[in-house]
Amino acid sequence: MHALRTLTLAEGRVYLRDPGTAFFALAFPTVLLLLLGLVMPGMQEPITAAIPEIAHLRGIDLYVPVALAMAITTVSLTTFPSAFGTYRERGVLRRLSTTPLPASRLLVAQVAVNVAALLVAVALALLVAVALALTVAWAVLDIVAPTRPGVVVVAFVLGALHMIALGCLLAAVVPTAGTANGLGMLLYFPLIFFAGAWMPGPLMPDSLERVAGFLPLGAAAQAMSAGWFGDGVPVQQLVVMVLWTLVLVPVAAKVFRWQ
Amino acid sequence: MPSSTQDRPADPVVSVDGLHKRYGSTIAVDDVGLDVHRGEIFGILGPNGAGKTTTVECLTGLRAPDRGTVRVLGLDPQRDGLALRQRVGCQLQESELPGKLRAGEALDLYSSFYEHPADGRALAARLGLTSSLDTPYAKLSGGQKQRLSIALALIGNPEIAVLDELTTGLDPQARRDTWELIEGVRDQGVTIVLVTHFMDEAERLCDRLALIDHGRVVATDTPQGLVRRAGVGQVLRFRTADPVPDERLRAVLAQVPSVEQVDVTGDDVVVRGGHDVVVATLLGLTGQGITPVAVAAERGRLEDAFVELTRRDRQHRPGADAEPTTVLEEV
Repeated sequence: MHALRTLTLAEGRVYLRDPGTAFFALAFPTVLLLLLGLVMPGMQEPITAAIPEIAHLRGIDLYVPVALAMAITTVSLTTFPSAFGTYRERGVLRRLSTTPLPASRLLVAQVAVNVAALLVAVALALLVAVALALTVAWAVLDIVAPTRPGVVVVAFVLGALHMIALGCLLAAVVPTAGTANGLGMLLYFPLIFFAGAWMPGPLMPDSLERVAGFLPLGAAAQAMSAGWFGDGVPVQQLVVMVLWTLVLVPVAAKVFRWQ
Repeated sequence: MPSSTQDRPADPVVSVDGLHKRYGSTIAVDDVGLDVHRGEIFGILGPNGAGKTTTVECLTGLRAPDRGTVRVLGLDPQRDGLALRQRVGCQLQESELPGKLRAGEALDLYSSFYEHPADGRALAARLGLTSSLDTPYAKLSGGQKQRLSIALALIGNPEIAVLDELTTGLDPQARRDTWELIEGVRDQGVTIVLVTHFMDEAERLCDRLALIDHGRVVATDTPQGLVRRAGVGQVLRFRTADPVPDERLRAVLAQVPSVEQVDVTGDDVVVRGGHDVVVATLLGLTGQGITPVAVAAERGRLEDAFVELTRRDRQHRPGADAEPTTVLEEV
């Protein structure tokens, strides 16, 4: 445990000392929400779709869980695996491979650092949104408060975990930072599609929505939407995320390459 | 007592037998066998691409050999890798640390991996790193990086330290300091396996060494033993006080029994031969009325021995030189 704690602290320090990565990961959700709310046309208008449960919502409301899902994806599929690509490229992993440190410890330390970064980032984004809503008279980002904040928090944490587990799989094998970015982008767009980047929440067709509920990120977006606007507990989506995490992390540790 | 241990000067802490490793169609290590004894500095010497790095990677379990047996401290590196890495420290080529990690943090981090780590501050002081502990890795000089790397190899209080191309890129003073440091580590009882392609380093530092060429061990001995075996015992350089025709000089030297090779470049004459070649040559010359001046005698160098021993080895393997030189060090 001593090794894991020291490693996590060291990785955390290195993470924060890289202004590019840290700023991008921490500021991305805030910037995304502000852009969506302030710049995208029609976001402040009530939804005209013929679905009674969401008739009181505006576009920006539906997009909040999706934006959070996108923030998770950005960290887990780009900054996180490319950090490992860089480590492999420069022989940082080769060096570690001569020590008694098991690969799994290294992955766990990185997961901890990145989940912590995501939590801070999203807390920041929501604070900024609330602060703006409270201070700016015409309430640009007066987003609807979640009906079940507890469900949203659990869904977010599980969402971050299972996506970073997916990132682990990339991190385990990518030989360079460049490969990491390429593969990350390849997964990025299909995943944010199923998360509802173009058809948020209830606007997604039913059949597509059922498939998305089993996919990484899709399950996260649905679970967060359910916590935000619904009144039940999205059991299936939460279980799906736990299962993805439990499968992906050991597989990543198994296929892990030091050099 | 089993008879097999009676004729050994010490128990081998590393023993490699029939090691073979290929990458695709490239044979990196063909047939390497060696024993390293406790408490010695054992050199693995050879040109770039001879298979040195692959050999030490097999020692530490980073690579799985295709054939052959490797035992380190009685353990199989492939099966008992984690246990072995508690007791063997490694400094390999082409490995770095995260650029933003400070030297002191790196020492603390690596120290946390081991059950019985050394005192990081004391180690840093011995390596002259105390003033750089707060410096990020990326900002360290080449010499500081190298010393930090040695410190990380020693932080786990290893019984064996494997050091690969230790002084590459260091200035002459830093090289000498590093050599002294390594001798100090050996004197504290740590066995050192030193991989190098520098002849002077091997000659100065190693108690015994294995010459490796084309993935094979050409010879294993002390540096002096290798020089003796290669028969490049002594070298004599001189000029003659008065001009002497080339043919006459060569005829006189040909009469001296221990002379093996004569090279004349302008006025400079270089004679190589057995251990008594210096005295025999001087006597032979003066006996014929030739007075040598500007005389310099030197011991045969390991470099000469290396060239000679690898040449002989290639001759004894028909077709060896005809093979394309496809050996690689790194893949």
